[in-house]
Amino acid sequence: MTRFAAGDRVRVHKQFPPTPPSHIRTPYYIRGLSGTVERVCGAFRNPEELAFGRPGTPEVPLYRVRFRQKDVWPDYDGNEADKIEIEIFEFWLDAEGDEA
Amino acid sequence: MERDFTARGHHDMGGLDAGEIDREEHDYALWEKRVDALMMLCTNRLKLMTVDQLRKGIEALPPEAYDNMTYYERWISSVTNTLLERGVFTADELGAKMEEVKARYPDGVMPGGAAGGGC
Repeated sequence: MTRFAAGDRVRVHKQFPPTPPSHIRTPYYIRGLSGTVERVCGAFRNPEELAFGRPGTPEVPLYRVRFRQKDVWPDYDGNEADKIEIEIFEFWLDAEGDEA
Repeated sequence: MERDFTARGHHDMGGLDAGEIDREEHDYALWEKRVDALMMLCTNRLKLMTVDQLRKGIEALPPEAYDNMTYYERWISSVTNTLLERGVFTADELGAKMEEVKARYPDGVMPGGAAGGGC
């Protein structure tokens, strides 16, 4: 029932309401960037709904997504192979190549 | 042309210059432990709010308040606002209770060094 699987290329949404008062679990610095699904973490109640006292259902798939550090930080001068992994809910992700 | 409608919340500071990080450990004051216990009671036992609501309330603090409050001051501010929103108590009831507690202490100063926000 998940839209993506390990190894899929995904891109993080940018077009979301401003925060606050919205509650957003995807860090600002990763929005708009592309990465690779490292694993499917399971499904959880939606924290961005729970934050408003609503039930947060249906549960939403959560993915661990891997990004190249060099793609995230333009001035990154560490190892080329360095990665950062961030857990991101499905509604924040598009298949890479899809126009948002 | 890609348009970015998002705004960075003041709390969402990953990647920004942080300056010095205070790594000093400190003992929790009694009021801080009480705030923690109150939060556990409100979420796990009484189901009056969620941890996600706590976070939303903290994120909604004005930048200056966010920067100047201590960790548990942010917590108690968010818990208070959330319970007010939910109608668990009214602002008048809260004010009356605060006056009542204050009156228990000489000169209205509570022991323990809670810098405002203590309960």
